[in-house]
Amino acid sequence: MYSAIIDAPIDVARLLERVSSNANGATVLFLGIVRDVNDGRDVSGIEYTAYRSMAERELASIVEEAAALADSNDVAVEHRLGELGIGECSVAIAVGHPHRGRAFDAARHVIEELKKRVPIWKREQYVDGTREWVRATSAELVDARGER
Amino acid sequence: MTVTVLLFASYADAVGRSEIELDVESGATVSDVIEQVRAMGDADRLPPAPMVAVNEQYASRDRELRAGDEVALIPPVAGG
Repeated sequence: MYSAIIDAPIDVARLLERVSSNANGATVLFLGIVRDVNDGRDVSGIEYTAYRSMAERELASIVEEAAALADSNDVAVEHRLGELGIGECSVAIAVGHPHRGRAFDAARHVIEELKKRVPIWKREQYVDGTREWVRATSAELVDARGER
Repeated sequence: MTVTVLLFASYADAVGRSEIELDVESGATVSDVIEQVRAMGDADRLPPAPMVAVNEQYASRDRELRAGDEVALIPPVAGG
């Protein structure tokens, strides 16, 4: 199990190595990427900040839950902070397991719980020069309540 | 007694600070701290019932505080 909040670009290959094992027939990799449009506005970048010590703690406990869910210790996650440009990776989650089902379930658990519980915030910078703190989208709130 | 209040993101903007050493009455709860902090800043941007953590763990608003506690007011999180 591994979790970290980092300031440098995420090394995806290195993260995959952390969950690799000859027993694992499946590896699931999820990447969160900064996209160029949000709520119809043209985005030029995102600044991520955190309550760092608590974020590290919450992330570690989410990884423990995912490992229990998958019955595998091969769960790894990194979340990046700072200024990110379009196309850059903000979060990477890797799960290795003998079979794909539990690997998908565990990876999904990490990203969904991260979005609900880990104290990280993002401020979007728009092409028009303004910037704003982002609230959870209504779609994510609906997801969080399990309504779709 | 004194507690440390941490503010983040939009809440830090609303108050104009990210950390406050706050004097509170002994026996004060999280709610009392929220009320005092809202009075310091733009209360419209700091809701009456935000998420709160005490000493890095999510806590309820009726949680009674002790001297030296770290109380963080947590805006809606947006990681990922």
